[in-house]
Amino acid sequence: MSILLGGWMKRYIIVLLLVAILIAGCAQQETTTQKPQAPQETPAQSEKPSETKEKILIGFSESKTGKLNAESKEQTNGFKLWMEHVNAEGGIYVKELGKKVMVDFVSYDDESSGERVQQIYAKLISEDGADFLISPYSSGLTASAAIIAEQYSKIMVATGAASDSIFNKGYMHVFQIYTPSSRYLTSSIDLLAKKFPSAKKIAIVYENSKFARDVAESTKEYAKSKGYEIVLYEAYEPGTSDFTSFINKILAASPDAIVGGGHFTDGETFAKQLYEKKVKVKFVSLLVAPSVPEFSEIGSAALYVSGPSQWEPQAKYTKEAAEKAGVEFYGPTVEEFVNAYKSKYGYEPGYHAAGGYAAGLILQKAIETAGSLDSEKVRSALENMKIMTFFGMIEFEKGEYYGRQVGHDMVVIQWQGDELHKEVVWPEEGASSEVVAYDAKY
Amino acid sequence: MTGVDIWIDSIISGLLLGLVYGLAAIGLNLIWGVMKVINLSHGAFIALGMITIWLLYTSFGVFPYAGILVVLLIGLILGIITYFSALHRVINAPELSTLLSTFSVSLIIIGFGTFIFKTNPKALDFSMGAIEIGSIVILGTKVATGVISILFTALLYVFLYKTRMGKAIRAVSMNRTAAELMGINSNITLALSFGIGISLAMVAGALIATIFPFTILSGGGYELKSFVICVLGGLGSPLGALVGGLTLGLIENIVTLQIPTSYVPVLEFALLVVILVLKPTGLLGGK
Repeated sequence: MSILLGGWMKRYIIVLLLVAILIAGCAQQETTTQKPQAPQETPAQSEKPSETKEKILIGFSESKTGKLNAESKEQTNGFKLWMEHVNAEGGIYVKELGKKVMVDFVSYDDESSGERVQQIYAKLISEDGADFLISPYSSGLTASAAIIAEQYSKIMVATGAASDSIFNKGYMHVFQIYTPSSRYLTSSIDLLAKKFPSAKKIAIVYENSKFARDVAESTKEYAKSKGYEIVLYEAYEPGTSDFTSFINKILAASPDAIVGGGHFTDGETFAKQLYEKKVKVKFVSLLVAPSVPEFSEIGSAALYVSGPSQWEPQAKYTKEAAEKAGVEFYGPTVEEFVNAYKSKYGYEPGYHAAGGYAAGLILQKAIETAGSLDSEKVRSALENMKIMTFFGMIEFEKGEYYGRQVGHDMVVIQWQGDELHKEVVWPEEGASSEVVAYDAKY
Repeated sequence: MTGVDIWIDSIISGLLLGLVYGLAAIGLNLIWGVMKVINLSHGAFIALGMITIWLLYTSFGVFPYAGILVVLLIGLILGIITYFSALHRVINAPELSTLLSTFSVSLIIIGFGTFIFKTNPKALDFSMGAIEIGSIVILGTKVATGVISILFTALLYVFLYKTRMGKAIRAVSMNRTAAELMGINSNITLALSFGIGISLAMVAGALIATIFPFTILSGGGYELKSFVICVLGGLGSPLGALVGGLTLGLIENIVTLQIPTSYVPVLEFALLVVILVLKPTGLLGGK
């Protein structure tokens, strides 16, 4: 009896085990789903008499915990530096009140979770009485926050969010600081047109992920509209480590330029193998990887590789450049920002931090122009804004994608010099060095 | 670069890569052939081979190709330990037991590996120069990898066919009961075969690490390739595995000149199904 059962029991246990493994696997993927508490409170507090306004309250959520922690911290650092600067001057001058008003902020940890973000933004508006909002870091969280901002008709300056899709939902109160992902590589095409006019053929090799695919698609359309021939348009799977077949295809198609990429590791590997196979093209521009400092670890393979970046400390956005472009220069210069950031935090700021500072700066400019703290008046000031800051040009779309950034361009950086370092080579008005042809390295 | 050059380049790249794939698959094949165990920890050991050679190179400055001998030895020891701790008691149980057992070994290795080494990518940063013929550029590391793979395959052949121990392994694989009746200690033979299988997987991993970047999770992809190769070449035939590896390497490098690279897995697994239907013993499989 027991022997008979033994065989059955064994199978039974094995089946149980398998089920257990399956369940464990599923459970890991399901993160704790807290029910979002619907914001029930009505925004009654916003009816305060504005004459007694003692401070402008800016609300946002930051990812103090979770996967977005590092970038979010930078962004908040940048914002806090701006606030320090403004308050050192006595605050923002509001014409309607006839005085300068100090700035204060309130923020909560969103745990890098979209659901938390919605609760937080509802609370920021209805309980804390925030006058203006700044987005969390990342496109995903910003998309969540944007819904709440729009429901309560509060201005939200979106920084750290490059997605285009936030802006075709008909929101009228969300304004983007970053260059949207659809234009990530278009500045590289512009550079190619201007600096390498003989180039005619482009190979686009990109990672098969949503972000890179979106970028590749819009880059292809843009390049075609500029009269380029796309000789290769192909995706590689995330995690690819062997680019031999892509490189052979590139060699067969003999393009003048290669654009594409995806994330850091694949981009770095691709650049390395391009160099090993001695691929001779005029220009290589890859997403993400070249803008990361660790890219230099592949040594001479990194030389003359270019890539887009939202902002770099070497960018030369100056009053002269603004004058040349016929717009007003507003806020600190690049050097002033970089030095102030360095002395406060002890290291050089990246584009996340710059985006945080710029968000506050743009809001400040809009409030000054509107001369009011009224959301609708500030909105129209933002709508008509066209300025240059240390972060670059700022102008917002008024059409289908209302609030999307149209002024700001990706800078194109290139690794140059014997001791590899990044130089900004595009746009021309912000360039710190002249672009060098990729094949000059051989 | 002319069309012909690209074809030649692709064929050479494919052959060199195929040799390493073959070596990895031989490890899997040997274990299946001798003890009828489908080793689901194959990929984990490939990754372990990658990590080991990386540690040897970055921490102790051991030249990668010298480090391979160390990897071989570590693989042999780890394999034998794994056999006695995870397989010995279930070796006669139904196949599901050995599958689960090797799978849990894989989970343990990947789990600890992720904890200790994280999943960020690593690479062996050294160069062997390149051979340039006209516009064809063949990397020195790839050539070395191919040559070493052939060397190990040849050594395995000599071992299996010319030494007493090798003959014992073959005897056990043909008929364990008969072999035991002839006085062969099947425990030691099985443990040794598992050890050799694992050490070949780790050596293959180490060789792959000299040409491509990797993470502790990279083994999975090569494990799948190894399964396809084994079926292609014939389960239980080391030479078949080499032929299967070359086939896969060539497909990955030549066919992609004409079709998008993302179709390659489709092609590889379609080939797997075709072989299973038409010639289940594999291209070189005998029985």
